[in-house]
Amino acid sequence: MMMQLINPILVLLVLSGFMLLGSSRLATCIRSVAFQGVLLGLLAISMQSGQLTISGVLLPITTAVVKGFLLPWLLSRAMREADTVREVEPLISYNLSIISGAVVLALALWLGERLQLPSQLPSSLLVPAALFTSLVGMIVIVSRRKALTQVVGYLALENGVYAFGAAAALRLPVLVELGILLDVFVGVFVMGIAIFHISREFDHIDTDKLVALTDRPR
Amino acid sequence: MAAPSLFPLIAAGALAPLMQSVIIRTKSVVAGRAGQPLMQPYWDIWKLLHKGAVYSHTTSWIFQMGPVVGLASVVFALTLLPFGGFPSLSAFSGDLVVFAYLIALGRFFTVLAALDTGSSFEGMGASREVTFSAFTEPALFLALAALARQTGQLSLSLLLAAVSPGAWSHAAPMLSLTLGALMIVFLAENARMPVDDPTTHLELTMIHEVMVLDHSGPDFAMIQYGAALKMWLFATIIIAVAAPWRSGNRWVDTAVGLMGMLILGIATGLVESTMARLRLLRVPQLLLVAIVLSALALAF
Repeated sequence: MMMQLINPILVLLVLSGFMLLGSSRLATCIRSVAFQGVLLGLLAISMQSGQLTISGVLLPITTAVVKGFLLPWLLSRAMREADTVREVEPLISYNLSIISGAVVLALALWLGERLQLPSQLPSSLLVPAALFTSLVGMIVIVSRRKALTQVVGYLALENGVYAFGAAAALRLPVLVELGILLDVFVGVFVMGIAIFHISREFDHIDTDKLVALTDRPR
Repeated sequence: MAAPSLFPLIAAGALAPLMQSVIIRTKSVVAGRAGQPLMQPYWDIWKLLHKGAVYSHTTSWIFQMGPVVGLASVVFALTLLPFGGFPSLSAFSGDLVVFAYLIALGRFFTVLAALDTGSSFEGMGASREVTFSAFTEPALFLALAALARQTGQLSLSLLLAAVSPGAWSHAAPMLSLTLGALMIVFLAENARMPVDDPTTHLELTMIHEVMVLDHSGPDFAMIQYGAALKMWLFATIIIAVAAPWRSGNRWVDTAVGLMGMLILGIATGLVESTMARLRLLRVPQLLLVAIVLSALALAF
């Protein structure tokens, strides 16, 4: 029963990646990453075969809460403080982003077939979906101008890494998983504060204009 | 394979304008109006058939061919589709390619007729129609290819018959992706709301309507009837995928199909009532999403 949930979850994960690529509203971007976080929690629970253990359920729930609610809340707050609603003029247009998403998906599917993994996976889609999510995060980081969107891209990248961890079926010790989660949380927390300071100092959070901050005469 | 039946064709011919009427009625109810009589599209077509046609001196025979080929290609496409428990009139391996190209043929002649008038408005509409169909056609092809890959059939009749509740239980993600793509194609191909506003007569926003501005009388009746049949065409595929229950009794299955048509009509009406038309520049993005959905369905 649980195993049957894996494929729908992965499809939703991929679709939320496309939502992230295609939307210009920052709120929608944040929401799609939050949705990914909740999906990852569900994925980690449904990956477990046999008896559910307390740590096996609590950890995914913690992940879902942190990635699905806490971090998005932090980002929405940063969005309000920086007073930005939309990503205006990304370096790659939204249509092109969606097309590059499709290309990346094909790449991920191809790589997923090649990759030799030590353990048998419950679904052949796991590795491609994980790779796709990280690559989407990468595309977002590279192609968007606002610092906030780049943080969202970083979160998507992290979600992909988490999904890959689930795919590799490595039973990481609880401490390590909690440590990673704490790292991400602190990272986003610090980035949120940094964004606030950047927007207060420069009236915007366009990162490509930070190039002007150089000692060299231009 | 059961014996070919004329029933799908007759049902479409008789009921297709009624489906448009259901959409219009839904929109009226949501807007708090009484709405036009349900039979109004039939009266409109009847009225148009009794009028004379006016042809501009600048037009050639292509202008008069447009509506005829448009209607004929849709009717031909209809013969490939089964409905309810009744098999289609004709079925052969690979007819889904013919199906897609028949729709393209109809569109091609509508576009040619629009260009034939020499009107700049119609040229604009034709350009938009062709631009957007360049996105909907890959989406439709990929969606049909995904269904063909899933069911292992290359004929529309067998393919749609092979989609069953059993298929839904083991390939739900793939089928729902296909359904999403087909739904967007349905709205775009029939000039419905997020892509085109069927009721608008503001030339800046029109796509399909602007191409048929110069047609009158029986020609316009053919265009309207063809549009109704085209909507029925796409709706049949969507319902066959979305509601694959087969009871074995033809009439029960037909009733299920008609129920599906009603629900789809109401759903379309609700989409139109609640959504605004997308900005023209954003439409390709929606259609790209349809392509991605169906490509995803093909990959999974």
